[in-house]
Amino acid sequence: MSKAAIQRLKERFPDAVTDPYEGVGGDAVAMVRKDRVREVCRFAKDDPALAFNLAPYITAVDFLGSDPRFDLVYQLSSTVHGHRVRLRVGVPAADPRVPSVVEVWKGADWYERYCWDMYGIRFDGHPDPRRLYMYEEFVGHPLRKDYSLRGRQPLIPERVVDEAFRGPGPAGRD
Amino acid sequence: MSDAADLDLVPAIATRREDALSGLSRMVSQGLGWARKFSLFQYPFVTACCGMEFMAVASARYDLDRFGAALPRFSPRQADLLMVVGTVNCKQAPILKRIHDSMADPKWVIAFGVCASSGGFYDNYATVQGIDRVIPVDVYIPGCPPRPEQVLDGILLLQKKIQAQPHKLIDRLPPGQPGQG
Amino acid sequence: MSKETEQILQNPAPPADALDAPFPSKRMHVNLGPSHPAMHGTVRAVVELDGENIDSMKLDIGFLHRGFEKSCENVTWTQVFPYTDRLNYVSSIMNNVGYSLAVEKLCRLEVPERAKYLRVLTSELHRMSDHLTLVGAMGLELGAMTVLIYCMEARDILWDRLTEIAGARLTSNYARIGGVARDMPDGWQDKVERTLVRVAGLRDEVDKLLTRNRIVMDRLVATGRISRADAIDYGFTGPCLRAAGEPYDIRKASPYLVYDRLDFDVPVGSNGDNFDRYLMRLEELKQSERIVRQCFEQIPPGDIVVEDYRYVMPPKPQVYGTIEGAMAHFKIVMEGIQVPAGEAYSCTEAANGELGFYLVSDGGGRPYKIGVRAPGWNMLMALPAMLQGELLADLIPTFDTINMIGGEVEQ
Repeated sequence: MSKAAIQRLKERFPDAVTDPYEGVGGDAVAMVRKDRVREVCRFAKDDPALAFNLAPYITAVDFLGSDPRFDLVYQLSSTVHGHRVRLRVGVPAADPRVPSVVEVWKGADWYERYCWDMYGIRFDGHPDPRRLYMYEEFVGHPLRKDYSLRGRQPLIPERVVDEAFRGPGPAGRD
Repeated sequence: MSDAADLDLVPAIATRREDALSGLSRMVSQGLGWARKFSLFQYPFVTACCGMEFMAVASARYDLDRFGAALPRFSPRQADLLMVVGTVNCKQAPILKRIHDSMADPKWVIAFGVCASSGGFYDNYATVQGIDRVIPVDVYIPGCPPRPEQVLDGILLLQKKIQAQPHKLIDRLPPGQPGQG
Repeated sequence: MSKETEQILQNPAPPADALDAPFPSKRMHVNLGPSHPAMHGTVRAVVELDGENIDSMKLDIGFLHRGFEKSCENVTWTQVFPYTDRLNYVSSIMNNVGYSLAVEKLCRLEVPERAKYLRVLTSELHRMSDHLTLVGAMGLELGAMTVLIYCMEARDILWDRLTEIAGARLTSNYARIGGVARDMPDGWQDKVERTLVRVAGLRDEVDKLLTRNRIVMDRLVATGRISRADAIDYGFTGPCLRAAGEPYDIRKASPYLVYDRLDFDVPVGSNGDNFDRYLMRLEELKQSERIVRQCFEQIPPGDIVVEDYRYVMPPKPQVYGTIEGAMAHFKIVMEGIQVPAGEAYSCTEAANGELGFYLVSDGGGRPYKIGVRAPGWNMLMALPAMLQGELLADLIPTFDTINMIGGEVEQ
């Protein structure tokens, strides 16, 4: 049933929805062009045969070294028909701007803020483009593959603790 | 001023005059220590999973009330024991410091759980590697999360420490400090 | 409020002189700061108040962000289990099971029957402790401390049973890729059945104390309302969605593990307010008990892990006795299990809603990406909309009933 949903999306948007394939375990996946994301999602929600009414799970993957660098993933699901579909959007590092789908589902709000905070992907038309998890003084996008694991940026100076053995270095150093 | 290093334990043999306690001062210190250790007003600074164990410790089975530390005071001005329960990350650290600074002397800090003691296994960009990088700590209770019996052991350890500290009826800042008249 | 009060408020008498004239009210900003007893986990709510009514609310999260995803990218696939425990820390086994289902989907592994039943059993016990925690915390914050003590007692005895099987009260680390870690000890089944009787007794006590209580009903009924369409649009799942009227449960819609062989009902509410969400939790406690008893009747004897030593540690006699066992053990411990390259999304019905894991593997021993769809996120996101125009005092029970667990929301 999910494959039929992908087929229907592909028929409606033949140039925007490309490369449908069946992933592991029967997941139905398709690639979507970056600038047509909002239209495709609006159709996916409004069309009665698809009816992807539940707000999607949006996340991003950083494939450092390949082009497009980021892969924005939308997991759509429907409470009406019970099918699920995955849409993947390639986002290049040079122009990480994607149209926002907050107008389609109100619940996509924080997922897009998370993608900005953690990966640096900007969403055009988002009502509140702030960081979600990290504080505003934080520099960088932590989940990118070129951000170090231990790159702490403390807000207040840390006390020096002499008596106990401490593990890998003080704050700010890896 | 409220550094844990200053509140040293009463030395068995005092080599300096100001550390020596006369008989009356010793009785007062022991009495005050007894009173303070059995009436701890905790500020449970609960963040994460250890909070669930804290709820269990404060409940009927592993009763914290029998040690006198039952009543949580959710205002730092009214509390004297800051229990940091759970992970403190870099965004939360200034808030922790502010709460610790708002508390009045004498105050003690318990690092509850391994995330508060040393960052736990979250050695990454977000987590402070132990709250003693932010505030001075008196007792560390490791465990992820610690069993309630371990927490009670930590509280008992803190009570022994409080008993052994020098307490005075009137606490004066040493001369030369800002705020001294 | 009563009809007379409403009428008076709507048609105030004209002021006789300056003393009776209404005060021009000023908007007040109140900060329910990150370290606050009612903000489970640590959420800062900056509330703009007009008198006692909430005009608008802004939520600031991130005070418990522990870098789950980045940490998991630097450990092996099996070392991720303790990290998943601490996502929704009141029902840890459900996170473990969700993650292991996602990895098994990528590895194309089929778990033995006994392991499936054990996973369902322990998940439901943890679901019960999640709902008990919620009801207890809600009672505490409404002022009914007895309810907290009863629920903590019920939760403690459930955790005693879980300690016997999983080793830890709270963060269980019980599921493994290919099965579960330990089998049921002897006599555990009888103990659990007696425990369930006692938990049911405590649950009925709590029901008697809260459900028809005048004060609780005044505070919960018609507060924190959300309509069915809005709930779906915000992406609610789980008890909060069903309380709003949408009968969507992943255990029935797309069953996983052995839920298609078990007979249980899915309660559905109608109003989408706090009272319905609270009643949902009580009803689900009863259904979870049914599921646990049926699991005990149906559980077959057998293995608890799959026999494939590329993914599962071989038993110790083989490790010390045969070369293949030693090699398999070495490879799993040093390099991590080699999950085939690809991506998979797998979701389960956790205590709070749809818990999804999106995994990307590059064929190596460490995850390339782990994304968590936390069920509590969507409810927290909708909180300002749910509380528009409500009293400040309604913030507290609403925050309780949406069951925002800091660990999963802030990963």
